[in-house]
Amino acid sequence: MSETTAKETFIEARGLSFRAGGRDLVREASLELAPGTTTILIGPNGAGKSTLLKLMTGEAKPSGGEIRLDGEALAAIPAWRLACQRAVMAQHARLVFPFSVYEVASLGVDGIGRAMTRLRRDALVGESLAAAGVLDLAGRAYQTLSGGEQQRVQFARVLCQIEAGRSVASRQALFLDEPIASLDLCHQLALLDMARAIAGRGVAVLIVLHDLNLAVTYADHLVVMDQGQIIAQGAPARTLDDALLRQVFKVDLSLSRAPAPGLPFLLPQQHRLTPAA
Amino acid sequence: MTLAARTTASLPAGLATLIAGRRRLALLAGGALTLGCALLALVAIGQGAIAIPPARVAEILWARFTGDAALLDGRDVLVVMNIRVPRVLLGLLVGAGLAVSGALMQGLFRNPLADPGLVGVSAGAGLAAAATIVLGDRFLTGTLMKLPFAVLPFGAFCGGLISTLALYLIATRQGRTSVATMLLAGVALGALAGAMTGLLAFISDDRQLRDLTFWSMGSLGGASWTKLSAIAPIIIPLLLAMPLLARGLNGLMLGEAEAYHLGIPVQRIKALAILLVALAVGASVAAAGLIGFVGIVVPHLIRLAIGPDHRLLLPLSALGGAILLVGADIVARLVVAPAELPIGIVTAAIGAPFFLWLLLRRSGPLDV
Repeated sequence: MSETTAKETFIEARGLSFRAGGRDLVREASLELAPGTTTILIGPNGAGKSTLLKLMTGEAKPSGGEIRLDGEALAAIPAWRLACQRAVMAQHARLVFPFSVYEVASLGVDGIGRAMTRLRRDALVGESLAAAGVLDLAGRAYQTLSGGEQQRVQFARVLCQIEAGRSVASRQALFLDEPIASLDLCHQLALLDMARAIAGRGVAVLIVLHDLNLAVTYADHLVVMDQGQIIAQGAPARTLDDALLRQVFKVDLSLSRAPAPGLPFLLPQQHRLTPAA
Repeated sequence: MTLAARTTASLPAGLATLIAGRRRLALLAGGALTLGCALLALVAIGQGAIAIPPARVAEILWARFTGDAALLDGRDVLVVMNIRVPRVLLGLLVGAGLAVSGALMQGLFRNPLADPGLVGVSAGAGLAAAATIVLGDRFLTGTLMKLPFAVLPFGAFCGGLISTLALYLIATRQGRTSVATMLLAGVALGALAGAMTGLLAFISDDRQLRDLTFWSMGSLGGASWTKLSAIAPIIIPLLLAMPLLARGLNGLMLGEAEAYHLGIPVQRIKALAILLVALAVGASVAAAGLIGFVGIVVPHLIRLAIGPDHRLLLPLSALGGAILLVGADIVARLVVAPAELPIGIVTAAIGAPFFLWLLLRRSGPLDV
């Protein structure tokens, strides 16, 4: 299916299905995450992207199919070891009590970084806060931040966890569920740049995105989901076409090609509703 | 990206100041509460029908500790060692247990207003106690046994434990415990237990009604070394487990899924916390009756002072709860001396207005 060979695969999902409330949220989905590869998952609302992510992180148990990490069944791996091998940034994270930004980011390293010295842990939190651009908010209460700032703090927490797990796990994965939903353009690009940089160090990265142009720009491997199924996957330039846009996203737009890297892009200016919609 | 592995660690100046400030505050709060707790205990031991100055109390305790027989002479020694010390120790233990139980429940339910009273533990214990007082008396009339007051603590303890287990089973589906279900079911079970307690009060005679009323308002009177040795092994495990639970509870603040992603054994933390709280609250209710609001007031005050990090919140709540209950006991013994007020009245008189203030102060809607 893709450029990755089976030997390189870190996380492998085979025929995943998930039923809830009498509906198939995910049907027969197969996906491989390879070290150093940024995989981006796109699809309309309710396509099952978040559910697939929950299955791949172990948060939800699939009703069919299996997931293997380095050949080992995901369900058999205890939570603490899994925490060293993968970090997850969920869509929403609400806090009830007034934890500070510093404390929230520290959660990423408190559990799995116990072998580190306290100074090393604090330094790691500082570096992650700086990388996510929220160091100057360190003393603020998380609840009082804007949605975008909260998202960046959560990203800092995930950075902490990946970095802390690095000394323990030989291979790692990073899962981001719509990580840029509340961010301004500058921070959207900064976060995706960092995610790619993390992939550059050998981490398998899976991101759920809505912006097709950003997805095409940052993906090594693009996965398109619709109605619980994976409709297409592969290199972005070969995966996305006008027919797919019409079928999956119900929009009648034609893709253009950017001059330099030759990647497809969309101009919403040419939007007009399909007669059916 | 500046996250490449480094051998030397360095901190940005602002962050270093922040962390140092927090540690200083924690140390200060911990020191102040420990000192306050010790001083208040000395005062509480000295206060009563026979007044003994704190210095003499300290002297007696020190002599007792070193085994200096020359100083262990006189009536005041007997009063201190046999009456006052068990009473104050019971206050410290029950106060610490209730406050930590409250903090644990609030963390578990992700709700600052949760309290063992809210999830039916206290109501179950109350019902069992009422049943012991009213029905036990009835079935045992004519027999030689005069059981009710010996059986009461045990009954209350079992009642609390049974109601918690029932709640836990109701809220658990496929190995996952839903704290939201538990909170709602707790309110329902509490109402049911309340109705049945009311029914028992309805059929009870005057003496039983009086016992029931006094017991439901709580008291540290009747403390003895025997009582203390019965409940200490049940409450102390909760206090010892605090460091074990603190990190997990911090992770749970982000949500159960996030806690799992952080490597926290969520189900085990939940089950352990619920079991320890049920035991501690059951034992507290058994030994001292129903004492409300300690579990809400104390953790909230500590959170306001030093923040919500459970690694500090739990131990400082223990100290704060101990201070509140021993302090309330001093008040209870002072205001209507030589009689004494039920301690539950004092804690509720402080706690209820505070609780209302808490509700009024909230800007947003409640999260359950």
